[in-house]
Amino acid sequence: MLKVILKRIAIAIPVILIVASLTFFLVRMAPGGPFDAEKVVPPQVMKNLNAVYNLDAPLIIQYRDYMLNLIQGDFGPSFRYPGRSVTEMIFTGLPVTFELAFYAIIVAMIIGSLAGVIAAVRRNTLLDYVPMTIAMIGICMPTFLLGPLLVLYFGIYLEALPVSGWDSLPGDKILPSITLGAAYAAYIARLSRGGMLETLSQDYIRTARAKGLPEYQVIIKHALQGGLVPVVSFLGPAVAGLIGGSFVVETIFQIPGLGRFYVEAAFNRDYTMILGTTIFFSTLIIFFNLLSDIAVLLMNPRARSQT
Amino acid sequence: MKNAVYLSLLLIIVSSCSDAVSPVDAAIENQILHFGNGSEPQGLDPHIVTGVPEHHLLISMCEGLTIANPKGGENLPGVAESWDISEDGKTYTFFLNQNARWSNGDQVTAQDFVWSWMRILTPSLGSQYPDMLYYLKGAEDFHQGKIKDFSNVGVSAINDHELRVELKNPTPFFIRLLSHYSTYPVHKETVLKHGTIDDRNGQWTRPGNFVCNGPMNLKTWELNKQIIVEKNPLYWDADRVRLNEIRYYPVSNESTEDRMFRAGQLHVTNVVPLEKCPIYIENENPNLRIEPYMGTYFYRVNTLHPVLKDKDVRLALAYAINRKQIVEKVSKCGQAAAYSFTPPGSAGYEPDTEVPFNPELARSLLADSGYENGEGFPVLEILFNTQEGHRKIALAIQQMWQENLGISVELVNQDWKVYLAREMTGDFQISRAGWIGDYEDPNTFLDTLRPNRGNNKTGWENEEYDRLLEIANSTNEQSLRYKYLMEAERLLIREMPIIPIYTYVRQYQLSSDVKGWYPNLLDTHHPKFIYLER
Repeated sequence: MLKVILKRIAIAIPVILIVASLTFFLVRMAPGGPFDAEKVVPPQVMKNLNAVYNLDAPLIIQYRDYMLNLIQGDFGPSFRYPGRSVTEMIFTGLPVTFELAFYAIIVAMIIGSLAGVIAAVRRNTLLDYVPMTIAMIGICMPTFLLGPLLVLYFGIYLEALPVSGWDSLPGDKILPSITLGAAYAAYIARLSRGGMLETLSQDYIRTARAKGLPEYQVIIKHALQGGLVPVVSFLGPAVAGLIGGSFVVETIFQIPGLGRFYVEAAFNRDYTMILGTTIFFSTLIIFFNLLSDIAVLLMNPRARSQT
Repeated sequence: MKNAVYLSLLLIIVSSCSDAVSPVDAAIENQILHFGNGSEPQGLDPHIVTGVPEHHLLISMCEGLTIANPKGGENLPGVAESWDISEDGKTYTFFLNQNARWSNGDQVTAQDFVWSWMRILTPSLGSQYPDMLYYLKGAEDFHQGKIKDFSNVGVSAINDHELRVELKNPTPFFIRLLSHYSTYPVHKETVLKHGTIDDRNGQWTRPGNFVCNGPMNLKTWELNKQIIVEKNPLYWDADRVRLNEIRYYPVSNESTEDRMFRAGQLHVTNVVPLEKCPIYIENENPNLRIEPYMGTYFYRVNTLHPVLKDKDVRLALAYAINRKQIVEKVSKCGQAAAYSFTPPGSAGYEPDTEVPFNPELARSLLADSGYENGEGFPVLEILFNTQEGHRKIALAIQQMWQENLGISVELVNQDWKVYLAREMTGDFQISRAGWIGDYEDPNTFLDTLRPNRGNNKTGWENEEYDRLLEIANSTNEQSLRYKYLMEAERLLIREMPIIPIYTYVRQYQLSSDVKGWYPNLLDTHHPKFIYLER
């Protein structure tokens, strides 16, 4: 077990370094620079700016300096927002993005696994068809459509919930969490239904039933653990996806999270910010994949014994 | 199943929030203005930042020698109570208000201005707006490192309350420049406490550190969420300030902003979504504001291109565009067709140039240049940055050129920075562009097309044009000056290095609770005149 984890971490480090190097050269290849603006900056000023940010040094020297700082955990200053370091900006946005992702995953887990389990137990009845149809719609419906629809109905038509913001008006976290969670709820519903169906046809379930256990005990005590394995292995990438992909929801609901910095940095050619956020997100994705692998190991007796 | 969960969630929500009052409703009593501010400001250092959101914030927190008149026209006194201008228009003496205070209680002195102007002109600060002070004697040389001693630059403190400024040329719009944030003073001790004079990354603009001299004070600053400013009791004109707080929200998504306004979370929006504007006009939405704005939407022509260097070709392109149709059928939000580069009505300047829509004349001009019915004319490219509005206009113009001139046109859209880079390096044929005036004077437009101006970008260099602007700006008499500027404008339209399309309007939504808010060309709404009342 420990060996597996250590091995994965050992692989992760060079991966992150490669991501950093690739990103460094890719953003430099993109036309346009951080200080280009519609109102042209006089050449003298541009020279001064490049000198301030060490952009006048040869690219390879800049690369060396950047990597040396990176190893010490320093992402450098933001070009777009003078006076802010990339690290500061990441850690301003991160708690918000985490919180949003956390609520979204809870919404997704509760709605998704409930619907999936019930659909599996009552397969080929209305209780199966209706939630699964809704789940199919949920997967197909993009958040940029669902979000505004929810806002229009609950925020503007019913005037029951704030249409935007985070932590500033009561109830302003509800709609973004549902919006972000919905697509994942749909996935989880389908995954848990499939997992449950497979588990319910296993021999040990028949044994449990033969023992005369009540149906709810069969499902909760025996079937759930096996039935939800696909969901758990999906959760790792899902959490990483939620954090990295919350940009749309953050924009629709005016949430001060990390996703907006990430995308805007690319438009602004804020080199250090693009690098910082990319490296940070790739680390997160690697980390969550590792976590879900470990969880799967713990839940599945066969996988456990093999290691 | 899912429906049941949603329904129960909804029930909890509705029961818990039924007595909620929207921020706009609550604001009347507290005098809190909720302001849609476009995007997250780069920062709050007036010598470093460049954008419009920053402008909104800085006019409330800091103050220059003058402030923009909310009803348009000549600037009003700011830190300077009054001023004398010498006969030749080159020497200004400003008498500072003795009650002007920094937010920490220190007096605002003439030395503060000298030091602050030295700061923005310090090359190693890398300010992007030093040219706003290039009108001062010696300023340009100091900024370019040709002189090292700042005492040779034309600004000096006679005593604590008198500031003397010497200019290179009589500059009739100089007083108007002084309400621009690049000329604002900064508090020397505070800046130096958190860094050096040329430190871009100094922490002095953070809440708690920030010291400035405007009607409002920085209270909190939460990245990408909001900036709250509160009334500054030490401001010299604090009795007039009626707002207690302004909350600036960096809402970059237009649709989100629109929904926030409709739900009572904003008093004023930054824009109206493109697709909503015609609907709001049709429904006579009482909150919709469409106001004249000092900006021109135009197409830049690369005059170094082998075909487009021919003046007649450029004229043919310009005459083949039906501007009226574009504003009525395509942009559809109150824009006015433009027939000059400078928008009409800028500080009393009314250009009399004309750009006819005349396909026949256009065809014959093209034929004279050797492209009878567009034959042999290479495929023309229109470059624009990715945005629905630009695409629609480019499509319309593509069709007009194809129909009226028989030439084929291709559209090329690029990400903003790529588009800028291609314009800068002259890697384009026709490119869409916009220009918004920095101050209310035709010079802010016409100056950009002089040779050697970075914002020219067309490759067009005309000595006569340059000479006319030179003469215009060396005279101190307004009517004579406008005569020369008008002549330059006519020359420009005869040569057509840029093809004007329409004059911008400011379109936004404003709650009827907001009073003391007047339309003006530069869209500057000074917070000290604004209050809320229902």
